[in-house]
Formats: sequence, C-alpha cells, structure tokens
Amino acid sequence: MSSRIQREARPESLLLNMGPSHPAMHGAVRIMLELDGERILNSEIEVGYLHRGFEKTCENRTYFSLLPYTDRLNYVSPLINNAGYVMAVEKLLGIAVPERARVIRVLMSELSRISDHLTCLAAMAMECGAFTVFLYKIKAREFLWDVIEATTGARMTTSYIRIGGVRADLHPDYEPAVQKALAETRKVLKDVHGLLDKNKIFLNRTRDIGVMTQDGAISYGWTGPALRSTGIAYDVRKAHPYLGYDRLAFDIPTGERGDNFDRYMVRMREMEQSLRIVEQCLAQMPRSGAGVMAGGLEPAEAIRASRTRNPAQPIKLSPNLEGSGKAVHKDILADDQRFVIPPKEETYTSIEGLISHFKFFMKGHGIQPPKGEVYVSVEGGNGELGYYIVSDGTDRPYRLHLRAPCLHLLASLEELIKGRMVADIIPTFGSMNIILGELDR
Amino acid sequence: MAEKTTLEALKQKFPEYVVEMSAPFGDETVVIRKEALLEIVAFLRKPPFDFQMLLDLTCVDHPGRSDRFEMVYHLFSLASNRRLRIKLSLPEQAAVVGSLVRFWKNANWLEREVFDMFGVRFEGHPDLRRLFMNDAFEGHPLRKDYPLRKRQPLIPLRK
Repeated sequence: MSSRIQREARPESLLLNMGPSHPAMHGAVRIMLELDGERILNSEIEVGYLHRGFEKTCENRTYFSLLPYTDRLNYVSPLINNAGYVMAVEKLLGIAVPERARVIRVLMSELSRISDHLTCLAAMAMECGAFTVFLYKIKAREFLWDVIEATTGARMTTSYIRIGGVRADLHPDYEPAVQKALAETRKVLKDVHGLLDKNKIFLNRTRDIGVMTQDGAISYGWTGPALRSTGIAYDVRKAHPYLGYDRLAFDIPTGERGDNFDRYMVRMREMEQSLRIVEQCLAQMPRSGAGVMAGGLEPAEAIRASRTRNPAQPIKLSPNLEGSGKAVHKDILADDQRFVIPPKEETYTSIEGLISHFKFFMKGHGIQPPKGEVYVSVEGGNGELGYYIVSDGTDRPYRLHLRAPCLHLLASLEELIKGRMVADIIPTFGSMNIILGELDR
Repeated sequence: MAEKTTLEALKQKFPEYVVEMSAPFGDETVVIRKEALLEIVAFLRKPPFDFQMLLDLTCVDHPGRSDRFEMVYHLFSLASNRRLRIKLSLPEQAAVVGSLVRFWKNANWLEREVFDMFGVRFEGHPDLRRLFMNDAFEGHPLRKDYPLRKRQPLIPLRK
C-alpha cells in the first residue's frame, strides 16, 4: 500500500501528513507532503474519505426518491444541486415548468450561490487569521438561510426543487426577508472589502500565490470562479443559458492573474452580481394565481374535515410545506399528473387522488423517462455542475454521473503548491472552495 | 450550422472509425471505434474545432452486451461554445483504452476514478491507481454485478 510519494521521496527529505482530519482541510482530504524544511518538494493528494457511493445509490433509487441525495453533494448550496438534477430529468421527460416556479428556482439558486461564496471566503479568511471576516460572513449567511428556511423548511438539506417545479410556494413574508438579507449581505460585503482588500497580511498570503495560467486552468478543466480568475469569462449561465438567465442582467467578473487573491475578488464581485439577480427576481416574480394564502388547514385537519364536512365544500391546505395545495399547485408545479405529486386535498379526500398518489410512488410506476442519455449542467458555487443521466426507460436511472467541479480543481493542487511553503497550502486550498461531499460523491 | 460540420468533418476525416452520429436531446454525440480515440481527440483539439477542454469522462456498464463497457467523454470548446460527446465501447476481456493524460491534465484523476469504479485500464496513464476506494478494496463498485449493500470494512464491524 505504498503511495507514489513514499516510493519517490528522497531519503533525506521529511514526509508529512496534512489531514485527513485537519482543521483547514474542509472535511477530509489527505495531503502527503515531501518537505525540505518548510518548502514543498512534492505532494500527493488522497481523496475518497467521504465517498459514499452516491452514483451507485442513485442507480437503485427512483428518479423522485433520489433527490435528497443531491442535497448532500455540495452541502453549502444544495438548491443548485437540486436544480441541476431536476433539470436533467426534465430534459429527458420534456416538461416545462410554470413561470413562477422558474423564477423561484433562479431566486433560490442565487441565494445559494451567495451563501456558497460567503462560506468559502469566510473559511479562507479565517484560515489566514481574519476571524472578524469569518463572523461577519457567517452572519450574512444566516440571513440568507432564514429566507431559504422559511420557504423550504430546511437550511441545508432542502430537497426543495422538484421535478416539474418546486416543492411549495414561497413563504408569505418572503419579500421583506429577502430585502433584509440583501441589505445585510451588502453591508457585510462592504465591510469585508474594507477589511481584506488592502490588508497586508491577507495580501501577503494570497497575492501571487497559487497562480494558475489560462492554459493550465483549461487543461485541468477548471470552471466557475476559479477559471474566471484567470481571465476567461466562461459562465454556464451565460454560455448555455438555462432557467431564463439570458433574460436577466448580470456581468461576469474576471480576474487577471489567477492567484488566490483573484479568486477571492472574483467571488466577492460575483456575489454583487447575484444580489442584482435576486433583486430582478423579486421584481419579476409572477403573482401567484390564488394569491399566497396565509391560512388553510394542516393535513391532519384536512382529513378530519373531509370526514365531517360536506365534501362539496372546498378544503384549503396551507401552501407552505404542509403540502402544495390545489390553489397554488398550478403556479409552482407542471400540469402533468404523471410527473408531479397530486395536490394533497385530492389525495386526502378523493379516491382518484389517492390512486394517482399511489401510482406515483409505487415501484415500477412513477416517473419513467424515455430511453436516452442527457448531459445538463448548471453553474454551481464552484463551477460547472453537470449531471449525465442514462435512462433505460424504467423508473430508476441506469447510470447517473456527476461532474463535480471540485475534482478538477483539487487535481491541480499538487502543481500549485509545488515549491511553495507549507503555509501557502492553506489559502490556496481555501480559495478553491473544495467541498468534499461533492468531490468524493 | 457549425454543429453539423463537426460531425460531418469527423465522418469525412475518419470514415472507417466513426460508427454512429446523432444528437439526442440536442447533445451532439459521436460513437467511434476505440483504436481511433487518440487520433480523433488530437484532431478535435486543433482549430477549427478547438475542443480545448475535457469536461467529463466516465463509463457506463452494460453487462450482457458483447462490448460491456461504454466510455463517455464530454469535450467543450471555449472558442465556439459547443459541447461534444464521444462514446466508444470496450469488451470486458480487453477493457483497455488509450489515456488522455497526454492531452489534458484532469484526465489523470478522471481516468483513475473510472479505473477504480469500473476496472477499465488506460494505456499510457502515468499513475493508474484507485482514486476513491482504498488499495485493499476488491472489485469495482459501480459495475452492475457489484452488490449494492456489499461491505468491505477495513476494521471488522461490530456484531
């Protein structure tokens, strides 16, 4: 079980393990270093400590029931993972989503992107000693997650974006919450610019460290903010627009040198663009057909009501997470009984509704895309997040492969840190935003 | 229009190696013979096609087919903003294909992953080892005949 570095290391140099359980290794990566004093002669990265067989598991789950596994890939921006997977299945099925659901998806994706970038930069700054920045950014993230939590019911494991639309309508009070989150995030971004941009300590540890050339970045398959930091303006949202991103006004910030500082700066400026998109989403949000209902019955009450009341009377369910009530159903879910869960009123109160509910979940029924294969990618927090799905016509994917942007980034780390100091690993690794849940799958 | 020409140019340049061309769901796909992979990739990387980026590389297991493994490559061209999918089949007995490490650096890890998960070997790969699983792991977990719940703990599980 000797690793490459153990075989090749010179006898006089020092071998040092960094990780897999190291506070700066964001999860579990092991970097084996061959050192001459503080200088890194060679290194070898070992991944797989968080491998849990995502792809194998998905091959054995139905299209509907594997959605929660996608939350756990990039667990800082689960909504983007949901969106990518769901759009791949929708492409196979050929269904269109209602306008309101589309705008909700964009809104949620951008809130996730901001929280993803905030988390990455917070950790990076903290590891360089700027603990205040960490606290500020985590504070801003909480406001964003308040919005996400109110609507989806969870902070991280959302499973919110569903095939055909979204799980439930927005929270009635989402708009003031989003406005507050935007204001708080803007304030934090301003403060962080002030704290870090000209900070000598931060600059010393990031300027001209971890430099990647354009050709190198392309050869390593870099995407996302890391690729853009080298000056290549490739963004999936612009290059292959999805969810109507081509109708939204936003810029693609790029860097010049491709070093750690540029990756930091690109992320900071990208958050401003995402804030712009969120504002446009608020303005564009189509009105819900029924208006957002504040009241309504809980599912248990609805069952009781259906037994006692005159069935001719309409039963209203609360639109938020207690089930997508019939009234809001058509605003947020596709109008095709084969692909979406029927409204809860029908399931609880009518035999036809119950049958279609069972048919949706029964083994061998449910969502069965036609035979074929599809590759769909979205702009994730750290790059092009692609789903490659092979369907054999059954209710489970024959093969599901995730293109994890982190894998391509981390593969280049050995080259980036070669010849540098041990301390340079920390900001370089931090600026890449390695999320092991996504990399190891 | 430009999409058509890539596939047509391929067909023209390598008539004996291109097996099939299609565009399911709008994704340009070409099925080729495995011998020609390196040649075709070298051709596609140069202008006018400029497929400079290897987006993804993976494998699909089809037990029962005469050629069990299907390699899937996704290329991307920054210049023309187009993707191309290349597929080729490998028999189980000779699951060996040329390595793309000479063209792209990320092919190193991607091919290690495929070797780890499927047992496909890559000729010319500098360091073909498992990527995710440990070195003592037996079998290839993403093959269809590998049981879903099979465990190979490094430390004996508690009863």
